[in-house]
Amino acid sequence: MNAPTLAVFKLASCDGCQLTLLDCEDELLALAGRVDITHFLEASSAVAPGPYDLTLVEGSVTTTEDAERVRAIRAASRHLVTIGACATAGGIQALRNFADVDEYRRTVYAHPEYISTLATSTPVSAHVDVDFELRGCPIDRRQLLEVITAFLAGRKPDVPNHSVCFECKRRGTVCVTVAHGAPCLGPVTHAGCGALCPAYGRGCFGCFGPSGSVNLPALIPLLRNGGASRSDSGKGGGGKRAGGLDEAAVERLLHTFNAAAFDKIDKEART
Amino acid sequence: MTGTEAPEALAVLDRDGLDALVAALVADGRTVVGPTVRDGAIVLAELASAAELPYGWGVELDAGRYRLVRREDGAAFAHSAGPQSWKSYLHPARERLWSADRTPEGDLSFTADEPEAPSYAFLGVRPCDLRAIAIQDGVLTGGRHTDGGYGKRRKRALLIAAECTEPGATCFCVSTGGGPAADAGYDLALTEVVDEGGHRFLVRVGSEEGARLLEQVPHRAADMVTDASARAAVDAARDRMGRALPPVDLRTLLGASLAAERWDDVASRCLTCGNCTMVCPTCFCTTTEEVTDLTGDHTERWQRWDSCFDLDFSYLHEGPVRSSGRARYRQWLTHKLSTWHDQFGTSGCVGCGRCIAWCPAGIDITEEVAALHAELETEKETER
Repeated sequence: MNAPTLAVFKLASCDGCQLTLLDCEDELLALAGRVDITHFLEASSAVAPGPYDLTLVEGSVTTTEDAERVRAIRAASRHLVTIGACATAGGIQALRNFADVDEYRRTVYAHPEYISTLATSTPVSAHVDVDFELRGCPIDRRQLLEVITAFLAGRKPDVPNHSVCFECKRRGTVCVTVAHGAPCLGPVTHAGCGALCPAYGRGCFGCFGPSGSVNLPALIPLLRNGGASRSDSGKGGGGKRAGGLDEAAVERLLHTFNAAAFDKIDKEART
Repeated sequence: MTGTEAPEALAVLDRDGLDALVAALVADGRTVVGPTVRDGAIVLAELASAAELPYGWGVELDAGRYRLVRREDGAAFAHSAGPQSWKSYLHPARERLWSADRTPEGDLSFTADEPEAPSYAFLGVRPCDLRAIAIQDGVLTGGRHTDGGYGKRRKRALLIAAECTEPGATCFCVSTGGGPAADAGYDLALTEVVDEGGHRFLVRVGSEEGARLLEQVPHRAADMVTDASARAAVDAARDRMGRALPPVDLRTLLGASLAAERWDDVASRCLTCGNCTMVCPTCFCTTTEEVTDLTGDHTERWQRWDSCFDLDFSYLHEGPVRSSGRARYRQWLTHKLSTWHDQFGTSGCVGCGRCIAWCPAGIDITEEVAALHAELETEKETER
């Protein structure tokens, strides 16, 4: 039996997620022994046509060409796994979804007429069926190996969708919100990074996107107040307190790599 | 550790005596775990010496808020509701249960993971946490299906209690049937006294192992002043609890409140992040995961902490049974205070206050129960 073929493609993205595959230094040889990597431009310019048994796609869809390309990739792939915040949520470039893309184009480019782009940046799942979405900006090396290993074994990947708080507590990190009043998106963010930022004393900024169970209306007052304590927070005051964020800062915190995903949840919560 | 009827001897240790105690434990090959300051909190960690204890540090607590504060008296055990409980050591967040390998013949060979349990000495166990450990003993080793790893670690662990003289604003052990005094389940019980007579620890012996340990360190017989000061401080602590559960039959209350509107109210504030269950010293739920490696010839089964706030926790064919925040918070509270009795013969709450302090949203179990009680009373009034 031939080894299963693995392909890696990229759309609008920074390449960081596919580089995570090369970052699997200790496991790379074992991986190369188990799969036949037939399309991975970041590693080799020698590419083979599909079909591919497992395809990893990085990046979001921001052009009509990519929208077509991702359909061709899907058609050539038995299993399609999207990797990273761009591919799973539209990425930082989805900020255009909340703005006038023509204005952006005029501001950024000397010759905006050369730029052909869509008005939105969307995740791959908005265009084709996706078998699994692996979150993160960038994705976590161990989780990528787990997804590939699970695919090889024909089992479900062990990638829990609970909050980052689970990971903080399991590794014994002191809660930065409760102990320091730091703004932290951990309670609404998908686990997977191993609670990296809080372990270094800073709040989570949500690079893994929303968890499977998000209550944004419960979190936003905490971001504004620098934590929950009721003893010294004016009820309904709306102003910011020491350690808290003002309205614009709260919006900025939620509008990063997974802006579109958090925005969707925010809109759902408001209706 | 032996039973609760061990002879009670009274002694006094000064700070040098406590240093010697930790040194003796370390020399005995024990892993000493106790409170120490790290990352702006009094955490539990492995201690190399008593000098690492949080001398001169206290805490200021509120719902969803924890702050370290300096104490003038230099006390080591004047704090409560730290971010971890002893379950982090006895019932660790991750534990490998077994592994399996495919043999060259194509068979599978299984290997149970039976590492030698560490020989822990826990220093500074609060009376609420002694009760919590007793509850986990019942859950994890009391039934037909026992957790072998927990059993081994627990059996080898030496418990040095520190009675509570400084309850926090989130403490409510008295209203759960406990109190600031250590009454059972310890090898040695310390009560810290800091006054004009100096900084010292009244010691009560709770087991033969405790007595042997005390013999190894310089101590003196308890004097009446130290004894009286210690008792007075613990008695005073009983009346200084920051919070209380309503004095009603909670088992019945929760059972009668399944349809309460209050669950919607608390669900609107609940982040479903799982922090309360992770810091709870009695929450014991775990999940198991099979992990294969790239070769496909090796697999491991790991047990890890899970939580009733995790959607996967109640995932049955094609969906979670408890998908709403309301259903999950209700499950947690109802189990903790009501159905725990049916299952294990006790309440699951010892009033340590960790779930209140470490809930980022500041949800207060005592406030929620009081609201459920008020709602039920109003309902009864209306029916009359």
